[in-house]
Amino acid sequence: MDIVLFIEQVLNGLQLGVLLFLLAAGLTLVFGIMNFINLAHGSIYMIGAFFAAYLTRLTESFALGILLALPAVVFFALVLERLVLRKFYERDHLDQVLATFGLILFFNEGIRLIWGSGGIAIELPTYLDGFIVLGSDLVISTYRLVIVCVGLVVAISLYGLVTYTRLGMLIRAGASNRRMVGLLGVNVDVLFAVVFSIGAMLAGLAGMLIAPIGQAQVGMGEQVLILCFVVIVIGGIGSIRGAFIAAILIGFIDTMGRAYFDVLLLKILTVNAAETAGPALSSMGVYLLMAGILVFRPRGLFPAQGVK
Amino acid sequence: MCRYLLVLWALISILSTPAVASETVRIGFVTTLTTGAAVIGEDMRDAVKLALDVMNGKMGPLKVEVIFENDAFNPQTGKQVTEKLIKRDEVDVVAGYIWSHVLLASAPVVLRSGKVLISVNAGPSKLAGAGCHPNFFNVSWQNDQIPMAMGEVLNRRGVKSLYVIAPNYAAGKDMVAGVERTFRGVVVGKDMTAWPDQIDWSAELTKVRATKPEAVFIFYPGKHGLSFIKQYTQAGLADIPLYSVFTIDALSLPRFQEAGMEEILGTDMTMFWAPDMGNIKNKEFVERFKSKYGRYPSFYAAQSYDAMFLIKSAVEAVEGDLDDVKAFRASLEKADFDSVRGEFKFGPNHFPIQNFYTRTVVRDSEDVWTTSLGEVVLQQHADVHASECKM
Repeated sequence: MDIVLFIEQVLNGLQLGVLLFLLAAGLTLVFGIMNFINLAHGSIYMIGAFFAAYLTRLTESFALGILLALPAVVFFALVLERLVLRKFYERDHLDQVLATFGLILFFNEGIRLIWGSGGIAIELPTYLDGFIVLGSDLVISTYRLVIVCVGLVVAISLYGLVTYTRLGMLIRAGASNRRMVGLLGVNVDVLFAVVFSIGAMLAGLAGMLIAPIGQAQVGMGEQVLILCFVVIVIGGIGSIRGAFIAAILIGFIDTMGRAYFDVLLLKILTVNAAETAGPALSSMGVYLLMAGILVFRPRGLFPAQGVK
Repeated sequence: MCRYLLVLWALISILSTPAVASETVRIGFVTTLTTGAAVIGEDMRDAVKLALDVMNGKMGPLKVEVIFENDAFNPQTGKQVTEKLIKRDEVDVVAGYIWSHVLLASAPVVLRSGKVLISVNAGPSKLAGAGCHPNFFNVSWQNDQIPMAMGEVLNRRGVKSLYVIAPNYAAGKDMVAGVERTFRGVVVGKDMTAWPDQIDWSAELTKVRATKPEAVFIFYPGKHGLSFIKQYTQAGLADIPLYSVFTIDALSLPRFQEAGMEEILGTDMTMFWAPDMGNIKNKEFVERFKSKYGRYPSFYAAQSYDAMFLIKSAVEAVEGDLDDVKAFRASLEKADFDSVRGEFKFGPNHFPIQNFYTRTVVRDSEDVWTTSLGEVVLQQHADVHASECKM
């Protein structure tokens, strides 16, 4: 096996993993702490991408676009939480699923009305638009390396926040026993709003990071939503650490499946059969992993402690 | 009692059979009007509306009513709306369909009802070969043909090794089969990616770099094309020539231009039509489309425009008598209309026999990126599946 190729694929897997983590972190917090299923989480990712793309166009600076888009997404999420979602915290999961599914449709069409169905493509600034050559053959896109770094920094800060601060303590307590936290005199409304906006900010950030690779487009949230749920189910609902490990794991499985699976299949199958089975099986890989893990750890790898 | 009810039902159904139906021709048009692929559907709808304007809303003695339906890029939804068009709206003709998998799911519904089906874009091999049907027509091309032309272009340019990347669905497989049919070099790598969910090709692009092919061939219709080409450049692969089919078109070019992706200027694809084709019908079409909508029409629009005029020619030939499906079908077969692509005739499997050209991305006089017609690659080409078709 070519070692340079392998390192590049590892980096590709890592990049996919950290993006998934940014998305799944918010989802797992909201689901774990507020017991709220938010299908519209993918919409916030899409809106993050559109805000960043639009603001980048407006300011003609990618960095400035992101800096302005982040607070815009948080503000948007707070308004959404206050006006709509808060009314559904006490309702059962079916109501939440229906309401947030409705929000997906609403936001998709809303974005289409504002920016058209063509989406927005943005240019990367020249300092990010290149690639780094390491050694003789190892070529890495600068921007993808930036994504990996940003993702890791966010993951570490989030870990610090959850483990070492008072807010983190409340978040962990909320994930373990919501009612008790309320009874101890913590303002649960405020805690929920803070948790929701942290989650929204991370999802928005993921959208902003992906926009220059692809483009901001209507419906991009639904493409990743399923994978995010897989991540939080594998990681254990409510656990940041679980979400991180599961996201990286899935990033690797998915990338390695695409990179090596057809080559492996060629060894045991005919060319034709391998070409047909390869893509199908490699896209099943993450779900097989999920099924396997759930057999042994029905509540995921790192379930939040205490009663649900 | 039962018998009376039956008689009553028969009477009512005679009464409710709309006598006025003979004064209008109802056309159901299925396309994609939501999801990211809606740009395509909107372009097709715009072209159909333009065609109706040009015809003054009439085909021969009949008024035209077009009912647009949205397949939401989903075979199940496509099938449902097709059923609705046939059963509830009782249309005379069903047209449209961008996606091969949506068409394959929906076609049996139309064909079983005895109505005529005209595919405006999708041309899956199955419906061109053994699965062909007297009531099925296609006004675009068979999926294999454009990549076959591309394979020929690659031969002419002396490319010996090729890496192929395409989405893993009906049309993607046809495209790959098409280029492999004519390309005489070696296909050194092939990736079929999840469709439409995969939007990051880092693993595949890394494999391309490791394989070092002389050229890369892709098929990414709709929005995926821009993302793919962007990532291709970002991965440092710009020095390996990228050949594409159905990836760069009038719908994606404005986005490429906005994103400043100058690397695509001068690149070639293969196509059956370009906006600067010289025939009168096309000049008229492009001019009217640009003045009405302020942008270039895509090939999807060109096909939709052609489909409407094809239907018109047949309605005129039967003088509005659509109940005689055989005669209507025979008039469609003659394809007695001016196509925007110039010469147009149907082969025995009801797929067009036509020229395929190279098409180059250029800047027009107003600094808008568009495509320009090049040389003929395949002359009056009929698809390879026609021989398997027994009607």
